[in-house]
Amino acid sequence: MLAFLVRRVLQAAGVFLAVGIIAFTMFRFVGDPVNQIVSIDTPYAERLAVRQSLGLDDPVPVQILRYLGRALGGDFGISYQFRQPVSALFAERLPATLELALCATVFALGLGVLFGVVSALRRGTALASALNALSLVGISLPTFLIGILLIYVFSETFRLLPSFGRGDVVRVGGWTTGFLTPSGLKALVLPSITLGLFQLTLVMRLVRAEMLEVLRTDYIRFARARGLRSRTIHFRHALKNTLIPVITIAGLQLGSLIAFAIITETVFQWPGMGALFLQAVQNVDIPIMAAYLLLVAGIFVVINLTVDILYTVVDPRLHVAGATGG
Amino acid sequence: MTTPVLSVQDLTVEFVTRRATLRALDRVSFEIGPGEVLGVVGESGAGKSVTGAAVIGLVDPPGRIAGGEVRLSGERIDNLPAEQLRRVRGKRIGMIFQDPLTSLNPLFRIGDQLVETITTHTDLSASAARQRALALLTEVGISAPERRIDSYPHQFSGGMRQRVVIALALCAEPELVIADEPTTALDVSVQAQIITVLKRLCRDHGTAVMLVTHDMGVIGETADRVAVMYAGRVIEVGAVTDVVRHPLHPYAQGLMGAIPTLADTAERLASIPGSMPRLSAIPPGCPFNPRCPYAYAPCTTIRPELKPPGLRAPAVPGRKVACHLYDPALAPEAAAA
Repeated sequence: MLAFLVRRVLQAAGVFLAVGIIAFTMFRFVGDPVNQIVSIDTPYAERLAVRQSLGLDDPVPVQILRYLGRALGGDFGISYQFRQPVSALFAERLPATLELALCATVFALGLGVLFGVVSALRRGTALASALNALSLVGISLPTFLIGILLIYVFSETFRLLPSFGRGDVVRVGGWTTGFLTPSGLKALVLPSITLGLFQLTLVMRLVRAEMLEVLRTDYIRFARARGLRSRTIHFRHALKNTLIPVITIAGLQLGSLIAFAIITETVFQWPGMGALFLQAVQNVDIPIMAAYLLLVAGIFVVINLTVDILYTVVDPRLHVAGATGG
Repeated sequence: MTTPVLSVQDLTVEFVTRRATLRALDRVSFEIGPGEVLGVVGESGAGKSVTGAAVIGLVDPPGRIAGGEVRLSGERIDNLPAEQLRRVRGKRIGMIFQDPLTSLNPLFRIGDQLVETITTHTDLSASAARQRALALLTEVGISAPERRIDSYPHQFSGGMRQRVVIALALCAEPELVIADEPTTALDVSVQAQIITVLKRLCRDHGTAVMLVTHDMGVIGETADRVAVMYAGRVIEVGAVTDVVRHPLHPYAQGLMGAIPTLADTAERLASIPGSMPRLSAIPPGCPFNPRCPYAYAPCTTIRPELKPPGLRAPAVPGRKVACHLYDPALAPEAAAA
């Protein structure tokens, strides 16, 4: 297990290095940040001074090394547009995105697994057909449209839930949370559904397909022949056997939820990372973009590692050591 | 006469498909007495496994029981509601499947699978159930069960897994065990061990066994009586010595004739010409008539019923055959007279 972890950490370092270099190099082509910082009538000499102060006139390899060196120490530079450290900006925005992603994941996994199991067990019934139809809608409607529809129905027509923002948030240490106030919780509902719906349908279809497969296996037949209760058979014996692919997909999807909540955050004016990133792209704010990419890479690395560890928790056959006899 | 543990009367199982309704079992009847081992033999597709599944109500859709009745110790079980039938399964009828490699859930320790089965069917506490699981594992010949009980199925060999499956089938002291080709998937060297274990346990516990197999050697060693199936019907039933040594039905004769013996010097093994009809094309009358060397007029029109032979064979109690040759009313000499 330790050797496994060490190997994975080294791999992660490699991934970070690659992402860092790619991100940094790529963003050199999105535009000249100096133009965004100074006004149109700034004299040339002043522009040069700005350029120099940002270190933009150094050779590219030097810039990359400098950047990576600082990043190791947690310093991702100063945002061009906000004139604030990127790390501080992220710290401020990250809770909003993480809470949203967490709610969306719980929503997607909880209901996705449940619906998947139900639609597999009640195959051919009206309920299963309805769920399948719903999943088709969820998988084919684009996120922004779902968000707008939800706003139209629940915010405009029935005036039940807020259409934008996080509501009232409470600061706990360095973390701002919307979980502790009624308005914060209410504000989470629509964005979470919007963000999670696609994942829900994905999980549901996956669980359904896996369940149908597992229900045909000999050990489920044998479990029936042993006279176990249906609930035990379905939710213990069958469901656990569907979990490996579900964990894989759910892990990757959680990464996507955090990294690419951009559309949902835009629709609901959610003060999170996605909105920050979009703003950064518009203003050629390279430090933010590069740091964002590194963060996303980090999230995926951590999630993949967690998923790999979860595999061995779920399936004893995947333990590296421990087999005794054939 | 004592009540048979299992009594199957005219059991009919149909598979409804888009094109036709296929009859996998056609009025199958047999009985198993207390502590008796009934071997059920026949080619693949003769309906052996479906019979086993139908008895415990586990015929998968689109299959369904279309007629007949199944009685367990005199009590009808084929029409029980699902929940009550579930309580019969595992508790009063244990089941052993063909492939031990796939019978056990790979993600659960064998101890957990034993304990959950025991606690489902008895009032034992979890710790008492674990003690019982340990005792059962010892009984099926797994040494050092304390060390093995928390292992996962993949940590056992095929033979060991089948022992665990036997322990699972017997854990609630059932009256009957249905063993569906319990040795087919195993190594030849392990087959005999498993049969020995199964035989010993069922004798010790007084459990009756329905042993489905196509291995005549296993039948000869293990069974008290044997039922021969062909195209979804029981065509001959009787004591194992009678049926193996003096088969009556031409198909049974062919089947027994196909067993090679050590004394055999023939270059080619004996076989029955032709093959079993598909379920969608079972000929009228006797299903064996296209392959039967003795077939004559009534065989293609009248279905022979399973009954004691009235001609050509001594009347032995419990011996039945479904063939016109042994029916005084339909035999060729009756037509000639």
